[in-house]
Amino acid sequence: MSKAVASVPDKSGRYGDFGGRYVPETLVAALDQLEAAYEDAIKDPEFHKTFDHYLKHFVGRPTALHFAQRLTELAGGAKIYLKREDLNHTGAHKINTALGQALLAKRMGKTRIIAETGAGQHGVASATACALLGLPCTVFMGEEDVRRQKLNVFKMRAMGTVVQPVTTGSRTLRDAVNEAMRNWMGTVQNTHYILGSVVGPHPFPRIVRDFQSVIGSETRQQCLELLGRLPDTVIACVGGGSNAAGMFYPFVEDSSVQLVGVEAGGRGPSSGNHASTLSFGKPGVLHGTFSYVLQDSDGQTADVHSISAGLDYPGVGPEHSYWKETGRVTYTACEDGAALEGFNICSRLEGILPALETSHAVVEALRLAKQMPKDKILVICFSGRGDKDCYEVARLLGLDLEGDSTHS
Amino acid sequence: MTPLESTFANLKAAKRKAFIPFLSLGDPSLDATRIFLGELAEAGATAIELGFPYSDPIADGAVIQASYTRAMANKNSMADWLQFASGLGNDSKISTVPRLAMLSYSLIHPQGLQNFVNKVKIAGIVGLIVPDLPVDESTHLLQSCKQAGLDLIQLVTPTTPRERAKRILDSSSGFVYCVSVAGITGERRELPQELLGQLDWLRSQTALPLCVGFGISRPDQVEMLRNHCDGVIVGSALVRLCENAGNQPGKQPITEVVKNIGTLARSMVAALNPAG
Repeated sequence: MSKAVASVPDKSGRYGDFGGRYVPETLVAALDQLEAAYEDAIKDPEFHKTFDHYLKHFVGRPTALHFAQRLTELAGGAKIYLKREDLNHTGAHKINTALGQALLAKRMGKTRIIAETGAGQHGVASATACALLGLPCTVFMGEEDVRRQKLNVFKMRAMGTVVQPVTTGSRTLRDAVNEAMRNWMGTVQNTHYILGSVVGPHPFPRIVRDFQSVIGSETRQQCLELLGRLPDTVIACVGGGSNAAGMFYPFVEDSSVQLVGVEAGGRGPSSGNHASTLSFGKPGVLHGTFSYVLQDSDGQTADVHSISAGLDYPGVGPEHSYWKETGRVTYTACEDGAALEGFNICSRLEGILPALETSHAVVEALRLAKQMPKDKILVICFSGRGDKDCYEVARLLGLDLEGDSTHS
Repeated sequence: MTPLESTFANLKAAKRKAFIPFLSLGDPSLDATRIFLGELAEAGATAIELGFPYSDPIADGAVIQASYTRAMANKNSMADWLQFASGLGNDSKISTVPRLAMLSYSLIHPQGLQNFVNKVKIAGIVGLIVPDLPVDESTHLLQSCKQAGLDLIQLVTPTTPRERAKRILDSSSGFVYCVSVAGITGERRELPQELLGQLDWLRSQTALPLCVGFGISRPDQVEMLRNHCDGVIVGSALVRLCENAGNQPGKQPITEVVKNIGTLARSMVAALNPAG
């Protein structure tokens, strides 16, 4: 296959063979309208000015590129840097696209926002952007996730968002996406759907990637300014793949930069125990796009598992499938146990609690850095902070955060 | 002429309107589905839509999704469904009623388009409705269907701009599936008045039969529509009746459900064809 290029998608929303629009006819007009509005917005300097203003003064960008000295010492090889997306307002990269899309929705004259969320990070980011811009917001969230992520549910409600529990199917992220798409079909005239990852029908994968590309663009510039050159390796975790897409995209045509995506290896490689879509899946259609999918031989979506709710998704963005097929990005998997260890190591050695999603990237970074000479540079997309995972990590370590902690 | 085309030609000659019921395969079991289909055929169904259960149906409403979830608990495979469809060709009640498959493109892709089209044709299915495959993505499937003499029924919705609707009409065959409302499948109290205007416009653009679906659940809706279309598709209202089937307390025996399905179907057929 030919080399990966940055000038994707094409007019039909294709990244090589991947992408496109597999949606009901009802949504086609809305997607056309969204695409036209987006094309118009990105040509307008005023839109960029407003977006950049909020990124700086509300989100807190640019985020730091931090040298992780003790992780570097532990690995004993390449210098490890952290691109600190955890320092964004709301604690993860999700706010970049939530804000961008909320601004786009306003520009399109939409008066209502809907979003889906799994663990709640994208829901919180959307609720935040909507509170900031005065847009009413409804977030669809699987009933199972509502139960598991009480804090994020509270945060969304505190900011005035309606959290709508989804009781269909497995009651998790993919059902929340189904429900949000359905709701959108009946409300497209006044409603914008803020999709949280680089998945779904065209133009969503492109819009989300573009708004997230601020991560990679800043990293690229910071490396050139602080280190005088581009990094050798860039690593990010991949669920749907939005932080990875935003980080990788500005480096796609820098052939000297090795790009590595880390998926959720879960409990191991047998079906139903992981969410390593690119490692173990095959091309198929899910949620409106043609990309790698975890499904059975009939096309029914497979069950997935990950310690990290943000990576627990049976699909992946079409551009990642394109990068896999062209060989531009290498995709690996990190299992639950290793990710938990990564959480502990990073917390102890750097004083930064990583999100469990991010912990997957940390583990792979330590493994790769060890094999690289000391003059090499490796950057981790530090996608989010670990506060949201403290209860889950404590539970897995056999600790009880609600109980007596005087002896710990 | 495809089987569907001759069915509609005969219907037109008899000055009658089409009643096209939809049922999910295997809700609550494939045996029950066969009994329900027999009743629908006896009640005067013009054609039958077989819904192939899918884990993540974005075009369908809560009633049909729940039905798919129930059906999938039976762990039937695509091979089972196609075998079931084949069997309908030997069922004296059903064999004369054309069968259509309504399914997500997610289930077609893994089979390979040509292979899938050949398989459904062998199973006696005469047309496909793929609600998540818009015309822009349907070129290859359309080609395979044409070669096999199968109809690929396309959907037009209230949000479809007219220029685009013309393109959809150009690549449709069998009939045009006119979606009554912006949204998903499911019963609705009111149908928008604009629908009639859209149907009349579509009528001026194509000789293909126009069948209206999504939200059709009652005879009075049919009375409003019948002079503006060639037939109606009824899904959720029937599926909701299947929902009640079962042996547990609070559920209805199959015989009871069959009776209810027959009653609804006959009232629809009567509303579509008031003269006789």
